[in-house]
Amino acid sequence: MSSDKHAHPARKDLAARVLDRTGVDVARCYQCGKCSAGCPLASEMDFPPSQVMHLLQLAGMGPEYADMALRSHTVWLCLTCEICFCRCPMELDIPAVMDALRHESLRQKKVNPRARSILAFHRAFLDSVRYTGRLFEMGQVVDYKLRSGHFLQDLLQAPWMFLVGKLHLLPERVRDRRALKRIFAGTRQAGEERP
Amino acid sequence: MKTGFYPGCSMKGSAREYSESLLAVARELGRELPEVPDWNCCGATAAHNLDRDLALALPARILAAAERQGMAEVLVPCAACYSRLSVTRHELLEDEELRRRISALVAADYRGSARVLNIIEWLEAVPDLEARVRAPFARKVACYYGCLLVRPAGIVKFDRPEDPQSLDRLMRRLGAEPIDWAFKTECCGAGFSVSRTDLVAELSGRILEDAVSRGAEAVIVACPMCHLNLDMRRPNIEKRAGRKFRIPVIYVTQAVGLAMGLKTKALGLQRHKVSPSALLAPASVQPAAGATSASGDSPAGAGSPAGERRP
Amino acid sequence: MARIGVFVCHCGENISATVDVARVASEAAKIPGVVHSVDYKYMCSDPGQQLVKAAIQEKGLTGVVVAACSPRMHEPTFRRACAEAGLNPFLCEMANIREHCSWVHEKGEATTHKAIDIVRTLVAKVKKNRALQPIKVPVTKTALVLGGGIAGIQAALDIANAGHKVILVEKEPSIGGHMSQLSETFPTLDCSQCILTPRMVEVAQHPNITLHSYSELEGLDGFIGNFKARIRRKARSLDEKLCTGCGLCTQKCPLRRIPSEFDAGLGLRPAIYVPFPQAVPNKPVIDREHCTYYRTGKCRLCEKVCPTQAIRFDQPDEIVEADVGAVVVATGFDIKHADFFPEYGYGKYKDVIDGLQFERLASASGPTLGEIRRPSDGKVPETVAFIACAGSRDPAKGIEYCSKICCMYTAKHAMLYRHKVHHGRPVVFYMDIRAGGKMYEEFVRRAMEEDGVQYVRGRVSRIYERGGKLVVKGADTLLGARPVELEADLVVLATAGVAQPGAEDLAQRLHVSYDAHRFYAEAHPKLRPVETNTAGIFLAGACQAPKDIPESVAQASGAAAKVGALFSQSELVREPLIAVVDRQAPPVYSSCSGCFLCQGACPYQAIKREEIRGRDGQLIKTVAKVNPGLCQGCGTCVALCRSKSIDIQGYSHEQVYSEVLALLNRGERDG
Repeated sequence: MSSDKHAHPARKDLAARVLDRTGVDVARCYQCGKCSAGCPLASEMDFPPSQVMHLLQLAGMGPEYADMALRSHTVWLCLTCEICFCRCPMELDIPAVMDALRHESLRQKKVNPRARSILAFHRAFLDSVRYTGRLFEMGQVVDYKLRSGHFLQDLLQAPWMFLVGKLHLLPERVRDRRALKRIFAGTRQAGEERP
Repeated sequence: MKTGFYPGCSMKGSAREYSESLLAVARELGRELPEVPDWNCCGATAAHNLDRDLALALPARILAAAERQGMAEVLVPCAACYSRLSVTRHELLEDEELRRRISALVAADYRGSARVLNIIEWLEAVPDLEARVRAPFARKVACYYGCLLVRPAGIVKFDRPEDPQSLDRLMRRLGAEPIDWAFKTECCGAGFSVSRTDLVAELSGRILEDAVSRGAEAVIVACPMCHLNLDMRRPNIEKRAGRKFRIPVIYVTQAVGLAMGLKTKALGLQRHKVSPSALLAPASVQPAAGATSASGDSPAGAGSPAGERRP
Repeated sequence: MARIGVFVCHCGENISATVDVARVASEAAKIPGVVHSVDYKYMCSDPGQQLVKAAIQEKGLTGVVVAACSPRMHEPTFRRACAEAGLNPFLCEMANIREHCSWVHEKGEATTHKAIDIVRTLVAKVKKNRALQPIKVPVTKTALVLGGGIAGIQAALDIANAGHKVILVEKEPSIGGHMSQLSETFPTLDCSQCILTPRMVEVAQHPNITLHSYSELEGLDGFIGNFKARIRRKARSLDEKLCTGCGLCTQKCPLRRIPSEFDAGLGLRPAIYVPFPQAVPNKPVIDREHCTYYRTGKCRLCEKVCPTQAIRFDQPDEIVEADVGAVVVATGFDIKHADFFPEYGYGKYKDVIDGLQFERLASASGPTLGEIRRPSDGKVPETVAFIACAGSRDPAKGIEYCSKICCMYTAKHAMLYRHKVHHGRPVVFYMDIRAGGKMYEEFVRRAMEEDGVQYVRGRVSRIYERGGKLVVKGADTLLGARPVELEADLVVLATAGVAQPGAEDLAQRLHVSYDAHRFYAEAHPKLRPVETNTAGIFLAGACQAPKDIPESVAQASGAAAKVGALFSQSELVREPLIAVVDRQAPPVYSSCSGCFLCQGACPYQAIKREEIRGRDGQLIKTVAKVNPGLCQGCGTCVALCRSKSIDIQGYSHEQVYSEVLALLNRGERDG
């Protein structure tokens, strides 16, 4: 699916960078809307998937289009359920595009403010994995609450989970901590710094 | 052929009954499931949302460890982990440069020799499953596949992406009657369980609504995330929908265990938010062909002589 | 001794701007054997041609080289001039110093040298040329038309009305094709049957047309003007001469539950049946796959009730052979069915139907007598969703092309539905509306403006059933790609038009090429749209690409005109630039060793075996022989022949070698 028509090394627009990173050529999208029709959260999104693709198509027209895509709530609402990719007549891997846009949005510090809690959850999750190698659900939830400010949400679930043996008070740990350290050090996560 | 086992984080915590029931079934089948040594988290949604290399490196370390142990396949019961491991294997096998880069990160020469197996593949390969059914799971069930067992179809290459059938076939072998319903592969809200519970309540509510309206007595799942959303988030779902859903949600391994006559406690059935006790009462439908009928009392206690069973 | 004349053209400035043409002429004069060499501003003009003719006569030339443009341009012009001057036209060669030299190089010494070299090679070649005679082949003035849909009917009638014999072959029991299944036709809404059936009857009654229905082409041999067709007449299981078409047998047949092909599976038919009341011929056929007698050996009720004793249970298929001069392929198309769409339920929902099924629902002769009732429960649907581009423009499903007819028939369907169910709500989900055609756009506007058809721009992601309704999940891309969920009672998929199931097999039997989607390939997409690459075989209708009725009919008339032009001559004249197998005097007879590698390699099936026998009739050897009617002069056999026993006339080994040698030896003289 590679194409050299965006091969301007000096100033690549967002569509070209997406092509480089995902192999998805947004020019192939003919705006049929099938992705938006099937997306479980399309009605929650500011730009349903087909419109995000259209914003990328227009990226060469001016920086405001790429900006709209990167600042969209959509990229964070995308659940990666893969239904759009599954049904896309052009076989465009839209979930991969969403991943690439999320990464770029973080890098450019353009995360939509409404996505705060979603991002906080992801970061809490990765923090837990960073320090123990595995997800420590208890620790993650505490971390998430600190990051998101949603202190009371879900508080009622914890005692029940503890009671049925689903919540551990101490984390499980990976023995080879250095391996984990190397992986996290080697992948420069755009999401590391706190919002 | 050596089959390894990658439990993943939730099976050690919020989904421990999935792990318990799987291991109970494996024990009954005489199958060994050695864990992938010193496994780590696959990174789940968070990793691929935030960083591509991290999303590949975490699963690659797991797969490389399995390879080192000579495991020809790795059973990954969690559908979300299964997806991450499958995608990683696919991408690294497709792109040699990427494979080398990620191999360096995890300090192992990842070759991709170990196949990634989901729970249905593992269960459907049990040849004499019917013969082991002591208490047919004679219920109308809604087989819920969720997103990641069947998608992206080009990578997981498992079942058909629309209206899949493998879990339905498996449940039929246990004596169940799978319903034809519309939400088999609709998303439950996945990783938004904590951060956007409102959306999960909405999406999961639609799934339960469809299953219940078509007369299902249980939803069968193969993913801790789906279970979390459909079971533990039930109060949120009911509040949003303005109605009660009593339908229990159980793991496929629990259904297999029940049909094999294993104890409910051994299957972790007491750990659900929505009590599956209705499933332990007398069965509502005639057992399907292929499974022999049992007394119909508590499946845990029921058992007919082995000699009477037909394959 | 060769006496060659060289004529160098300036082509205005086309050649002379970069090539020193006078130099070329003077250098050419020095080549051994050249007795005449001149340059002129426009050699193809009348005075220019006169120069050639005069030189032939005055100098007694044995060969002519015109150094000018491509032979594609003016070789016929100069060959004709030579012939008029009494020189065999195949002793004239073109040296292309325009496309191959002046147009592609800068002005300069090297460019002129190259022009001289080109002339030199052609002079060397023409010295070895031999006088050749054009090949003449007779023409059988009977056309074979394959397919009895509207395209085949139109082609057959046009050819027959021009006074030629036509053999029309139709694989179904009746002619009429898909058009006979349609209710009304866009953009005029005239009844399909009403305009078609008179044509069908005309075919049946035309003295020049022989109709073989329920028949298929077994094989086709031969070449343009001289094909031999083998046609399998499948057994109808009755004597057509005795059968009066009274219909008693079809009424009495006890088996009445077979899905009717004509009603696209929505109606039922008996085992002995006529596809529809207006069928041509109006004679029944026994469906041996379902008939109780063929399955169990019992019943024979039709035989008992037949007043003319026409039933023949043991009737075999019959093979008919026919000589024809041209073939028109009009085998039509097929459509995808609902089971092609996983996301629309794999065909498991009875009320998700295809366009042809809707035609039958809307047709007065259909299973509901023209009332729109849904298949599952016979209820009149209150809301109908029409989904355009179902499978078309969908590379993921392997069909990237636009099926062309769906936009129009979807507008028509929605309109017909509204005309029949006044309170009904038709909703069309579409991507683009392609209504190019006379009165087409106006027709679609009418659907929206006068008949209140709702158009929603967005492709449908999914359809599922809930409580007797079909939930259609679409999006409105004109409203921010907002999801649209419609509860419909009936869904009509405008499914992609595709090639006939047997298209590939038939193409191979006809030796015509086809595209990746198994549609037959025209010889040139613009300038030869009704011809195939096989001479004498023409295309009409949707077997070439999806087409509507007006287009199919136009193409059919075009194909018929081509056949008429072919049949206007009693002989065909072809250039003799074909392969010949070496023949020589005894005791060698031929250097051909009879390995027949050439036979398998020939793309035109032009090579046959020939037995050489002595006077006593003893077989001496078997050698290859080229059929001059079929050979296209491609040279594949020449390249393959191990004993160099095949040569192309006009491009012989000797001629090509001397061209190469002329170039190689040039170095010695030019330094």
